[in-house]
Amino acid sequence: MEHWSPKQTITDAGPQPPTAVERLLRDPKVVGAGGFIVFLIVLALAAPLVAPMDPLAQNLVLATVPPAGFAESEPGYLLGTDGLGRDVLSRVIFGTQVSLTVAFVAAGLACLIGSLLGLLAGFLGGFVDALISRLVDIWMAFPPVLLSILLVAVLGTGLHSVIAAIVVIDWTRFCRVVRTETMGQAQMDYVVAARTIGFARPAILFREILPNVAPVLIALLTLEMGIAVVVEAILSFVGLSVSSDTPTWGGMIAEGRQIVHEAWWVLAAPLAALFATVVAFNQLGDGLARSLDPVLRR
Amino acid sequence: MLLAVVVNRMAMALVTLAGVAVVIFVLLRVVPGDPVAMMISPGASAADIVALKAHYGLDAPLPTQFWIWISGVVHGDFGTSITLHVYVTDVLASRLPATIELAIMALIVAVVLGGGVAVAGTLMRRTAGETVIDGLNSIMLAVPDFIWALALVLLFAVAIPVLPLTGRIDPALAEGFATRFYLTESVLTGRFADAGNILSHMAMPALALALPLAAVIVRLLKQSLKEAMVQDYVLLARIKGFRELHLVLQEALRNAVGPTLALTGVQFTFLIGGTVIVERIFSYPGIGNLAIDAVINRDFPLIQGLVLLFGLIFILVNMGVDLAVAALNPRLRHA
Repeated sequence: MEHWSPKQTITDAGPQPPTAVERLLRDPKVVGAGGFIVFLIVLALAAPLVAPMDPLAQNLVLATVPPAGFAESEPGYLLGTDGLGRDVLSRVIFGTQVSLTVAFVAAGLACLIGSLLGLLAGFLGGFVDALISRLVDIWMAFPPVLLSILLVAVLGTGLHSVIAAIVVIDWTRFCRVVRTETMGQAQMDYVVAARTIGFARPAILFREILPNVAPVLIALLTLEMGIAVVVEAILSFVGLSVSSDTPTWGGMIAEGRQIVHEAWWVLAAPLAALFATVVAFNQLGDGLARSLDPVLRR
Repeated sequence: MLLAVVVNRMAMALVTLAGVAVVIFVLLRVVPGDPVAMMISPGASAADIVALKAHYGLDAPLPTQFWIWISGVVHGDFGTSITLHVYVTDVLASRLPATIELAIMALIVAVVLGGGVAVAGTLMRRTAGETVIDGLNSIMLAVPDFIWALALVLLFAVAIPVLPLTGRIDPALAEGFATRFYLTESVLTGRFADAGNILSHMAMPALALALPLAAVIVRLLKQSLKEAMVQDYVLLARIKGFRELHLVLQEALRNAVGPTLALTGVQFTFLIGGTVIVERIFSYPGIGNLAIDAVINRDFPLIQGLVLLFGLIFILVNMGVDLAVAALNPRLRHA
């Protein structure tokens, strides 16, 4: 069945406007930040091939070797070594694996659960809305870092617990935004029209409203990925993430913080990686929001 | 009308706080780690363990435990910390002032820094200066306090070692204080050398907490200021011959500051939440650092007390912001 959608009227109105993808490819923010994240993904997948050394191989003779270019640096150790003589560059490269896994899985699940509840609250209103909104309020009254540490303490350390903790905490971000968006969309003429034609409620929700909420959702999801990477690093820093024989940026940061006066590079290298990743996700999210949001676009 | 809003908000706040209490209580009771196992000596007999559990009330059924705890809380008794062996209220009272002083200092830094850059950006609008500010700020907006704190460690503790890396005050100076509000007390009693020492300890954590909020303030306030600068009343003042700085500070700021105040209030709760990890990084003796220790040690009564305290602070700040916004904006008073 053919139904009204904003896109069609625009297409009929005159010369072909650029498609969403074309707009995205013209945005230097999106291309730059997106390119960096693709680079990180490749790095994570190809870590065993790319990393110059075994990230776990200890060499106490070559402990706290400074990065190349500094006095007493060793050839082959571009970013130096940590307190146990492990290659910092290789550990940063392998660290992308945990960070990106958390970014995609945790943020994806938080998005799924949060937006489902948000759609329901915004569309159904009444009792369901009151219940979900109160739940969000309760959740927001916890300091997120404390709650995540608490949850991981409850669930036990490990990648699954970290992901679960992030999902349990951050679904509210999606829920709040999607609820507001859905309430706005539900008032629009096209939804009223769909109702009048006699569309079933799930059809209206998922075929009419969801596609119009999607742009905001995609931008929010990208931003959440950056947040998830930081939360994982914080949990690793506190010693509650994956076991210490898996290299993570947060774990390296925690070790680097301890020996910062002797070997600043052990802290600086993973911190720089974390910084670049967070900024990239954020810029990508910003660019996506600008390019995909029909209101901001004008 | 405002009174009705207040009463309504307070009722909602109580429901939220009760929800927080239930969630944290249930959450802790499904923890696999046993607090008694962590505090007892390895040679203890099974009977000792049972006795200890009974001592802390951990052998009672869950609803009973909850009832005992919550009726205590209502009377101001949060129980005894399992690891520190003192009343939870006493621990909280001794640690809270450090966090309050840090959070308020960070808020002040954020407002001054963010406000200053927003005004500077408005004065430089449509110049290269504004582009630089916007570009830097869009990166600053992405960087959380955790990263700032560690970057500051690298900068001010290693590259330019001018600031102390840990603590709140030199231990030798901490003796002569009557209250736990060290900074406030030292300023009020004219002990400026002590105040300087405290400030040097506070500088890095406060800055780390302030920078993300400052970035948010810059973005919103600069936007509002630029919108205000093209209004008729600013044009009129301009025709009267006032200088550009006067126009921004005296004419535009007054009208543009509303939305920024509201957002700053909301963001202040994020800043308070950020104290947990930032205090940890700088070994700053506030409630945030305490909270991480409490969780790692599975100190149930202390965790419960801390979470309720954080929840209460969040709710109070939010309520205060809502009321301030409602009081300032007549159109929102009935919302």
